[in-house]
Amino acid sequence: MKYAKFLLLGISFGILLIKAEVVSWFRIQEMFLFDSFHMYGVIGSAIVVGAISIQIIKKFNLKSIDGEPIVLKPKPLKKVGNLVGGICFGLGWALTGACPAPLFALTGAGYSIMILAIIGATIGTFTYGLVKNRLPH
Amino acid sequence: MDFIFSSWPWYVSGPLIGLMVPAMLYIGNKSFGVSSTLRSMCSMCVPLNVDLYRKNDWKNDIWNLVFLAGILIGGIVAGNFMTDGSPIVLGEATVERLSSMGITDLSSLLPQEVFNWDDVFTLRLFIIAIVGGFFVGFGARYAGGCTSGHAIMGLSLFQLASLIAVIGFFIGGLFMTYFMLPTILSL
Repeated sequence: MKYAKFLLLGISFGILLIKAEVVSWFRIQEMFLFDSFHMYGVIGSAIVVGAISIQIIKKFNLKSIDGEPIVLKPKPLKKVGNLVGGICFGLGWALTGACPAPLFALTGAGYSIMILAIIGATIGTFTYGLVKNRLPH
Repeated sequence: MDFIFSSWPWYVSGPLIGLMVPAMLYIGNKSFGVSSTLRSMCSMCVPLNVDLYRKNDWKNDIWNLVFLAGILIGGIVAGNFMTDGSPIVLGEATVERLSSMGITDLSSLLPQEVFNWDDVFTLRLFIIAIVGGFFVGFGARYAGGCTSGHAIMGLSLFQLASLIAVIGFFIGGLFMTYFMLPTILSL
């Protein structure tokens, strides 16, 4: 049952995504139209809490549940990839109104049509694997 | 008990989402991020050894696939048992703009006029759902993360890579919303 804790955390996250309304296609439109503070409030406050948590973990050298020192992996900097990949992601985010986690939360919530977008996203990931070496990073 | 059924304001839901970062570090010593599960799914489904995913890579990522299954279950729970069915209160300019593009049913989480199985073979739904999904998956891997991995985890760690990626998310999203979506919706 070593995976049960991940399942429980996933369930909490799925519930949160729905209750926060960040899975709503309309909320994503509203965000890109700068017509409401809601999405900025959710993402911004999540970053503030995440950043403070990480500072606390660092300051007190907190350990994980298994007693190991917590590892904070840096995100590799690849300027072209981060930007161009980010732009591609943004195009898709505004179209589907969902990023990867909401695709699954929405499917669970009864919007089975989102399976199409999950298939698309899997094909997109697969395609990136095929062409990765030919793309600028 | 109203809070179970009503939606949660940003200052409640946002900080709780932020707690995913220390929770993931604490329970598994893992970085919070969802889009890498799509890579694991490729590694599971397609017996092809390319640079991005070896055939058996997914076995190291079972924790994240289980997390993803949890998100789906969380969606089932919240979507069926924790909702009062009231529509989201959207900004007026958004409502007006969507209505001018033919989207007037704002009662659920997705525009029913667009996302329905009857339209599965239309060009419009193909572009919005499948091509849109393709860009999400392709872009997330190219950028090295999605909203959770870059915007939340990465920015919490003050990573330049994540800042660049999030700027990219907005360049793409704004371009789509203002210049391309009106045309696509009129298809």
